[in-house]
Amino acid sequence: MGRFHRHVDGTTHTHERHDHELGDHTAYATGPERVTVLERIFTENDRAADANRSAFADAGVVCLNVMSSPGAGKTTVLAATLTHLRERGLRAGVVEGDIETSIDADRLRGLAQQVSLLNTANGFGGECHLDAPMVARALHGLDLDELDVVLVENVGNLVCPAEFDVGAHQRVMVCSVTEGEDKPLKYPVMFRSVDAVLVNKTDLLPYLDLDVDLLERNIRTVNPTAALLRISARTGDGLDSWYAWLDEAITS
Amino acid sequence: MHELSLCQSIYGITDRAREGRPVVTVRLRVGALRQVVPETLTYCWGVVTDTTPLAGSMLDIEPVAAELSCRSCGATTVLADRFLIACGTCDGADVEVVHGEELVVASLDLAEPASAVRS
Repeated sequence: MGRFHRHVDGTTHTHERHDHELGDHTAYATGPERVTVLERIFTENDRAADANRSAFADAGVVCLNVMSSPGAGKTTVLAATLTHLRERGLRAGVVEGDIETSIDADRLRGLAQQVSLLNTANGFGGECHLDAPMVARALHGLDLDELDVVLVENVGNLVCPAEFDVGAHQRVMVCSVTEGEDKPLKYPVMFRSVDAVLVNKTDLLPYLDLDVDLLERNIRTVNPTAALLRISARTGDGLDSWYAWLDEAITS
Repeated sequence: MHELSLCQSIYGITDRAREGRPVVTVRLRVGALRQVVPETLTYCWGVVTDTTPLAGSMLDIEPVAAELSCRSCGATTVLADRFLIACGTCDGADVEVVHGEELVVASLDLAEPASAVRS
């Protein structure tokens, strides 16, 4: 079987092997051709995230992406936060991400000005995170000109949501004390990706063996700069410090 | 399990770059700070490319180690077994991640076009 190929000077020929008896072959590599691409896999998502950020900016809206494991208390924190925002006279919208059901969206509907629900199950068994194109779709369900703040409640998951920029200005995570001290070390990418960590359910500390100082030291090893705020969304303890952080984030 | 989403993006990038030519191998560079499971990515690639012109193509994953650069003392720290965002030399926390977050389609190996081979 001979090899047929074309040289840069336009001549072509066929021969058995490349043994340099048939002219200069230095510009011709045998074997498969390699095409350089060098394109970031997140380019498409990040473009959509930038578009979301511009849409927020045009409407003067501040967006927060709220993440946590399932059951850490995101929805309870958001319910309290929405009440605070309303008392401050700020209009809040919620993008509610869940694989199935409208349970959380229904819970927040009475508290938020507007709620847009994103069920992620209509994919391959349910997406485990929100990405920027999904949030862009959800924004069609919100009138941004009538809002000051948008809270994105991400899918409960400590892995995938950390990887996807959705166009938020601030990333916040809720970490409950029932999850143990080692979560920051086991899920460092999530803990590293956020601007603030709300250490939630502190009302349960008397009943747990957890060392909350160790938990916070572990958060610090993966994220030296995030705000660390101890709260109980259930009792309201510590929420004032979270509201102060939030108000600063909204006005700055 | 965001590997499926990643494969859909890789598919889009690859399909544009190949310009209709058959692809044997898609070469990726994946940083250690990306939560990508190579086996899952390879499996999802099979699912995403099935019944497409890229069916049968392989992913070649080149890992990139995580590396920090210290803004205080200027030292470079390669993260090995522990995820510790601190300078290995001066223990300072004011560090910049310079490597480890790569997630790139680096290149494609094309199949030799059928017209280039004569028996």
